[in-house]
Amino acid sequence: MKFGCRFRCSPRSAVVALWLACSSALSAQDSAVEIRGQTVRTIPIALSGFPDEVRKILEFDLYVVGFEVASAKPQYRLTGTVQGEVRGTLADANTQTALFSRAYPGGTTRAQAHALANDVVKTLLQLPGIAQTKIAFRNLPGGRNAKGETISEVWASDYDGANGVALTADNSISFGPSWVPGQLKLFYTSFRAARPEIYLQDLRSGDRTRIFSFPGTSSSPAVSPDGRQVVMVLSRSGSPDLWIANVDGSGLKQLTTTKELEASPCWSPDGRTICFTSADSGRPTLYTIPATGGAMKRLNTGGVTQCTEPDWSPDGKWIAFTRAAGEFTLYVMPAGGGSAEAVVAGEDPSWSPNSRTLIFTRRAGAERRLSLLDVPSRHVKDLSRISGSCSQPSWAR
Amino acid sequence: MKSFLSRAVLFLVAVSLVGGSVGCSKKPKNLTPLPAGQSGAPAPTDSVPLEGTGGTSPGAGRLPGSENGVGGTDLSNGGGLGLGDQGLNPNLDARNKLENREIFANDNVYFDFDKFNVKPQYMANITKVADYLKAHPTDSLLVEGHTDDRGTEEYNLALGERRAQSVRDRLVSAGVSGDRITTISYGKEKPAVIGNTEEAFAKNRRGVFVLLSNPAAIQ
Repeated sequence: MKFGCRFRCSPRSAVVALWLACSSALSAQDSAVEIRGQTVRTIPIALSGFPDEVRKILEFDLYVVGFEVASAKPQYRLTGTVQGEVRGTLADANTQTALFSRAYPGGTTRAQAHALANDVVKTLLQLPGIAQTKIAFRNLPGGRNAKGETISEVWASDYDGANGVALTADNSISFGPSWVPGQLKLFYTSFRAARPEIYLQDLRSGDRTRIFSFPGTSSSPAVSPDGRQVVMVLSRSGSPDLWIANVDGSGLKQLTTTKELEASPCWSPDGRTICFTSADSGRPTLYTIPATGGAMKRLNTGGVTQCTEPDWSPDGKWIAFTRAAGEFTLYVMPAGGGSAEAVVAGEDPSWSPNSRTLIFTRRAGAERRLSLLDVPSRHVKDLSRISGSCSQPSWAR
Repeated sequence: MKSFLSRAVLFLVAVSLVGGSVGCSKKPKNLTPLPAGQSGAPAPTDSVPLEGTGGTSPGAGRLPGSENGVGGTDLSNGGGLGLGDQGLNPNLDARNKLENREIFANDNVYFDFDKFNVKPQYMANITKVADYLKAHPTDSLLVEGHTDDRGTEEYNLALGERRAQSVRDRLVSAGVSGDRITTISYGKEKPAVIGNTEEAFAKNRRGVFVLLSNPAAIQ
């Protein structure tokens, strides 16, 4: 089983080219996420002709970008067949006008179905699809090791949970995976060597390198949009502060100097600003700081308190975050601050590359599950293919 | 009191007390099988890189309207996914220590919710540990910081560290040299008590003292 690609070049450069193509498309188009003042809206679409296996994939892919599948009064019809390859025709249900009709040869049937879903999204939403994107996350299979640590490993999978692979097998605490943008590489924290250290792992070769190892805590790495720098939490100065360095570990520099704690940094898509949580005011609050250093600036979260785990949308317009009080709640607000809107019960949001959908962690009894939220439609769908508790999703972008 | 040696749960732990940015890299020796019951992804069996799996461009020229085509990267099969399994770099300034969790097992420091200040009622524990360290100059100390289950995972890792550092600061104020004290945070990853009751939360918001002894000194 192997996915192909449409570029006639080496797989490595093809992957990078795909991501770059996706990024440029993103920067060229406006955000589809309009929350405030907008009626939550879904698009009814009817599917016909597809075998169950493909239909289920299409239903998932379309639901999590706001389509309502199998509607009695569809606005669009997607018909197709699978005869060696997936073929699909999208038509306007009222005018019967065909919008496209395509075949998807090569690769797995799953990959073909995802490509068809992406074409529907591109045609009707004028957005790059997310159906062929990747995620990384933390998996907690249950149980503890001899040291009493709750065992967790870092995994990667397709965005819907399919094709999941454990990237670590350390029988220790693996924590907080963060993609290097545009590359199949992940930073994460591991306790495997008796204290938390930050590793960089190449998913293609399996090589991993210990990049940051200091007394105390080293955690929460987040890579800059240009892939050159990493911001993280280190406690080597006496309290957990933000530090920034080049991805090879050189050029380490302290960004925050509070006596309280900082946590969960993320980058603005232009790479100029870092948004993070600080307990500087006595409880978790969102702040920004220039990536080159400077003063911390408190973000106005519209009166919402206990704010943590910010993630900046790739189009630059929104910040999603967790309100860590009671039953945790995800909020979305304009990136400059202002009125924050509660969108779903959950924590740990990470934006899709097209700035429309969030992946997050949802509590289900004693377990935690990864789930997708389409922000405009409020559609929520669990990733059901991963066994065990999962948390800390990071969307490759 | 029993000899702490007889009671101690002793682990040889490598605790690096000196900072520094350390890089090491090694080719993977083994690969990670999927847990039983996983669907959709065969376990990687080899570490052949993607470049070695050959391949075609099945979508080339056939999907003019598709931004992504049928492409994408299969993470699950023959993609060289795995892990380098290097051990601790022996050049790390690591020292093998005997870890004694029993000697101060009843001297934990407990914290209020989302706080890291050491409350007055725990100063006696701080003094006891400080006095022991002053009387045993070859021993050192690991302070573990823990949280309850209520914060987020990343925040709690930072909060646990801040708690451990508060405890260390108190020990330093009590006359112990700071370079004898290492901190580690487990956040909510190593609870003392499982449960979502206030009682369980209170028992989990703790600082734990682990005595580290030089094996040679004990023998």
